[in-house]
Amino acid sequence: MDSLTIVTIIIGVIMTLSAIMAVYHSDTATAIIAAGMVSLMASLLYVFLAAPDVAMTEAAIGSGLSTIIFFYALSKVRGGKKDDH
Amino acid sequence: MIIKKGFLVLLLAVFVVMFANFLGNYTPSTDPGKLANFYLAEDSIEKLGSANVVTAIVVTYRGLDTLGEVSVLFLVASILGFFLTGTKRKEDEVVHAPSELLKTASGILVPLTFLFGAYVFINGHLTPGGGFQGGAIIASGSLLAMLANPFGHFKHTIISVVESLSGVTYVLLGGLGMVLAAGFLDNNILLPIGKVGNLFSAGAIPLIYSLVGLKVGTELSAMLIKLRDTGVEQ
Repeated sequence: MDSLTIVTIIIGVIMTLSAIMAVYHSDTATAIIAAGMVSLMASLLYVFLAAPDVAMTEAAIGSGLSTIIFFYALSKVRGGKKDDH
Repeated sequence: MIIKKGFLVLLLAVFVVMFANFLGNYTPSTDPGKLANFYLAEDSIEKLGSANVVTAIVVTYRGLDTLGEVSVLFLVASILGFFLTGTKRKEDEVVHAPSELLKTASGILVPLTFLFGAYVFINGHLTPGGGFQGGAIIASGSLLAMLANPFGHFKHTIISVVESLSGVTYVLLGGLGMVLAAGFLDNNILLPIGKVGNLFSAGAIPLIYSLVGLKVGTELSAMLIKLRDTGVEQ
């Protein structure tokens, strides 16, 4: 295996783990961060696959803006207070 | 419950078999395909004058798709504006005050982020990136400014004027292509193609991408500002 394949497999494993964490974690804030992590790793993968245009979009929108929009929505839904489980 | 779980496992098993099949038969293709070969032909770079072939394809060959993407974004922003106009945010609603570190850093970082966003879309025909990427970077700059001063006021009129003007000019430039060149959104209008690699080259591509960048940047910023300024539903 060449080094690109190994790096791709590592990134893929991290992406899968973050995606599982985003779905199953009980704390919503952690789940949102994990979802942003998936996008960040995806943009890294695009750089390795020689698609810098797509990587820039994914990093700026996927892991930057959408994470913040989720946090804004979370604060609006909870009204700044924590849920009691 | 057990039936539901069993069904899910069955579905997963079907997917595993399907994808294992794809993976087993996978051979990397050496030919990009007929359409891609047409776009990547030797003379296309000379004809369009764009050093970044991706930009040449996105703005000219697939210009109508880019216009569609911009309209989808506009539609989303409009719908968000429609739903978020109900309650006004109260002054005492913000829980966290920004830290001193964030306040000081944002004074230096926000102008630099705006500058970098503008650089990305102005150089869209030379380096990776373009209107959408530059616009998203500009929006993250205004997000940083919003985080640093939660009660800072944005001039809504300027934002909506820039957004509307750039959108209208984009469509008008596309229409000019029908009159002066081969068709809608053709880049060979009035402006010279120039030498490949220069900033002022590639005809209308830098102009169109700058307009797209301004539109996307102001639109995403306006969306974020609306999200911030809407109050909590009681």
